[in-house]
Amino acid sequence: MILSSPLSEERVRSLKIGDLVYISGTVVTGRDAVHMRALQYLREGKRTPSELQGSTLYHCGPIIEGEEGGWKVVAAGPTTSARMNTLAPEMIRRFGIRAVIGKGGISKEVSEAMEEVGCVYLAATGGAAVTLANGLSKVTGVEWQDLGMAEAMWRFEADRLGPLVVAIDAKGNSLYEEVRKSLVR
Amino acid sequence: MIRMPESVEDAVVRILRIANTKLPLDIGWALEAAAGWESNSVAYTQLGAIMDNVKEAENTGRPMCQDTGVPVFYVSGAFDASVAGRIGEGLRRATAEIPLRPNTVDPLTRENHGDNLGEGMPIIRYHPTDDDFLQITVMPKGAGSENMTRMAMLNPSEGEKGIRDFVVNAVLDAGGRPCPPTVVGVGIGGTAETCIEMAKEALLLPIDSDNTDKRLAKMEEELFVKLNASGLGPMGLGGDTTVLAVRIRKAHCHTASLPVAVAIGCWATRRASVRMYPDGTAEYFQGARP
Repeated sequence: MILSSPLSEERVRSLKIGDLVYISGTVVTGRDAVHMRALQYLREGKRTPSELQGSTLYHCGPIIEGEEGGWKVVAAGPTTSARMNTLAPEMIRRFGIRAVIGKGGISKEVSEAMEEVGCVYLAATGGAAVTLANGLSKVTGVEWQDLGMAEAMWRFEADRLGPLVVAIDAKGNSLYEEVRKSLVR
Repeated sequence: MIRMPESVEDAVVRILRIANTKLPLDIGWALEAAAGWESNSVAYTQLGAIMDNVKEAENTGRPMCQDTGVPVFYVSGAFDASVAGRIGEGLRRATAEIPLRPNTVDPLTRENHGDNLGEGMPIIRYHPTDDDFLQITVMPKGAGSENMTRMAMLNPSEGEKGIRDFVVNAVLDAGGRPCPPTVVGVGIGGTAETCIEMAKEALLLPIDSDNTDKRLAKMEEELFVKLNASGLGPMGLGGDTTVLAVRIRKAHCHTASLPVAVAIGCWATRRASVRMYPDGTAEYFQGARP
């Protein structure tokens, strides 16, 4: 199924783990440095990029080619979401994030914030950077470019970005947790 | 593939391009075999997405993963001290030309110069031999898998069982973070730092070749079966395909030590080599030399 981003709370709450989805619409990237700076700016009362509010946030550090205005996304797979575990709960609550796209899953604390706010975790296939880049058809802007290519906040107009698996839904169900509980060691 | 004369810098750009845009055949075959036996539908979607991506990367000449990693270069054969500078220049050029993502930063200030160079870079391991050719192999490895590297100095009394348990726990605790299905490199013995290097260099061994050490071959097989029966699956989302291979290297160690290290290679375990002969010709390959 194709979801249109930004997502509504109602739509997000209707998704359940195991659903296969594609995203069209606005997607922004943010990893370690975006989380750190956005939360620091909030504390200091500084302006933060408006597109973060209610966003579909992609844990991704893309390879982008070209100059100001003429950007082209070369490769853009997900990064390991667990690195953002300590900062993600506040990020999700403060910016009302509706969907996080990443890989490898996130902690219980993050999924609690997601349940509260109405947010899902969508697992992208790690390393499938070229096909995922094809789904992020257009670069529409960038913030905080001083953080470097991987850490800057890129904004895309996505066209069927995916496939993405609903791995943690807004009810706190987690595919990762189910797998972890039944692991045979 | 045989090429006519080119400089070491050109050859380094070329092996970085091959490694990042073309998955080695042995890894591709293992992924296809896995898709054949996979019974979990989410897992099957993941393997399909991986294989589509591999084809698209090769067809368009783009890096198969945006994390083009920190490349480690293995230099062997005949060379002199100038080789490090040439490899560095090749890496700088490849970063702009392919392009690769500029990944290297100062560990404390996190400052990024944008060229994948900087203090301690490029990372090169030297193995001089009496051959007349220069061979350079590159393994670009991303942080998702590199961050899951584990090392332990076990007590010798823990033996093979201790080693097996350590490897299984390292892989399963890593979960979906290193992008399974992974290639698991294991080092046994040596000193602490050589043990980790053996684990990482084990990822260079083609996964369709047998370990020449019978005892290690048996351990590889047992760990392969056990890890794939774990249920972790591609990306940690469940399934029958957790690892594509387990490769083990060992060396003698201190009588009071039993070092073991695990280096995990993501499904995109990338490598490429060039062999440059004195007549100026060069030969490129991605696993065992054809």
